Amino acid sequence: MSAVLGKAESLRDAYGKALVELGEKDPELVVMDADLSGSTRTILFGQKFPDRFFNVGVMEPTMMSIAAGLALQGRRVYASTFAVFAAGQAYNFVRQSICYNRANVKIVATHGGLLVGPDGGTHQIVEDIGLMRGLPGMTVIVPSDAPTTRAATFAVAERDGPAYVRLTRENLPTVTDGSFAIGKAAELRSGSDLTIVAVGALVARGLEVAEELAQVGISTRVLDLASVKPFDAPALLRAARDTGAILVLEEHSVLTGVGALVAATTSENYPVPVRRVGVPDVFGESGDGWALLDRYGMSRERIRDEAWELLKVRGKVQ
Amino acid sequence: MTYAAQSGHPGGSLSVTDLLTALVFHELKIDPTRVDWPERDRLVLSKGHASPALYAALSLRGFLPREELASFRKLGSRLQGHVDRTKLPCIEASTGCLGQGIGMAVGMALNARLRRADYRTYAILGDGECQAGPTWEALMAGGHYRLSNLVAILDRNGLETDGTTESIMGIEPIADKFRAFRYHTIEIDGHDFPQILSALDEARRTTDGPTAIVAKTVKGKGVSFMEGKHQFHGKAPNKAEAEQALAELARVPEARA
Repeated sequence: MSAVLGKAESLRDAYGKALVELGEKDPELVVMDADLSGSTRTILFGQKFPDRFFNVGVMEPTMMSIAAGLALQGRRVYASTFAVFAAGQAYNFVRQSICYNRANVKIVATHGGLLVGPDGGTHQIVEDIGLMRGLPGMTVIVPSDAPTTRAATFAVAERDGPAYVRLTRENLPTVTDGSFAIGKAAELRSGSDLTIVAVGALVARGLEVAEELAQVGISTRVLDLASVKPFDAPALLRAARDTGAILVLEEHSVLTGVGALVAATTSENYPVPVRRVGVPDVFGESGDGWALLDRYGMSRERIRDEAWELLKVRGKVQ
Repeated sequence: MTYAAQSGHPGGSLSVTDLLTALVFHELKIDPTRVDWPERDRLVLSKGHASPALYAALSLRGFLPREELASFRKLGSRLQGHVDRTKLPCIEASTGCLGQGIGMAVGMALNARLRRADYRTYAILGDGECQAGPTWEALMAGGHYRLSNLVAILDRNGLETDGTTESIMGIEPIADKFRAFRYHTIEIDGHDFPQILSALDEARRTTDGPTAIVAKTVKGKGVSFMEGKHQFHGKAPNKAEAEQALAELARVPEARA
């Protein structure tokens, strides 16, 4: 691991601990889970506040409806399960029961993306950011590390309305100081030749590649776009103006994810070359999560190659 | 309303009208001058397509002006095709896509228990909706948590969009299913007011778990050419049909009001 990265920590533990703190502050807070409370870490809340914890079993769609019914009575509700169930299995329940009703439900989905690993392609949802971002009124957060997860768990509580927070199964190196704010991108590294915009697990890889590029004299800005919706359009357009090229990294389908968002935003406002590193239009498979990232086009080498392509287009390298 | 809009669901609205009348004018603790009264009873129309019947009942009960009914399904109206709480505050939950209202009702009933509030929650289900898996997820949760403040009322008119429920995907024996899901289950004629009111009373006296009322109804009730016709599930009447329907409904026999 490069010197730019901090210790690897569990995002899920950070979430579970933050929930307990929230539960202490807000006696009305209710937490729900669908038989995965050990994995999502909502069990920490459940052990502390059993009366306000509802493990409904394997009924993710209805968990969303029950959560909405509770929230419409003025409660703040957190509902957790794996991302494939929260965004996939329960999609129309998130859409109608929660978003259409403007119910104050915070969905914190763990196990997003390929880093689910050995469970395989059935459980590796790489479409969830696109699905959730398309819902009117939905806030979408993709934390890159444990401190951001903690901050995001609190931040969505303060913001009225539905939210989707996507967490990763694997521990991730700490890359931020935890000063996350909804609607703000975090500039983790300044630079003038190229900007890397990344979310989730790939923020660390982006920082590593930026460090490698620095060795050959390339100055790379790195933005953590954890707040996907609302997103920091000014920071993105500043990066387009200042550096003239943007490389987007996401552990998500390139068809509907953050790359699509960045490309649309820049082309409408300040067109610059944009390249997308992410999951192509395929399902994943069983295997070690980090090896899957390499296999499916998100290796450090691939990121470096794509960066190099952009630098060539801009005439900054031969 | 459906004639004016030239769209909507007359059949399933007429089948549930007597049930809604009993709820809105007798059973529910509600107050048109205090729409957000915390102690009000909650009514969730899980079969949100029966919106015309609910709008009409709420209008007569003083929750919205009668003239507004003409705006049903029109651009800018608060009276959406399927009930919408964000536009019309006296609606407890926006529904439409089926299998979700009952889950929201379970959440509302759970909230009452957590808060030790006295309000009761009523959900009206369609029978086609009982083919949807999530309906049973939600009913299972209501039974598991023994929500004695929850009443699930099934508008058992026997018909869905394409035909009879039993020819498409049979839901019988439906009362047994509710019982198996731990509901105190009462079977009634959903157009007989004494039976409806007595079932609602019995539900209030049931303290060890939720109640299900299986109300046998007639789709298109009160309109001769709509009764028992699935063709009027999601189709509005034309002008002549609408005039005939209103005339027939106006001379409804017996002292039902």
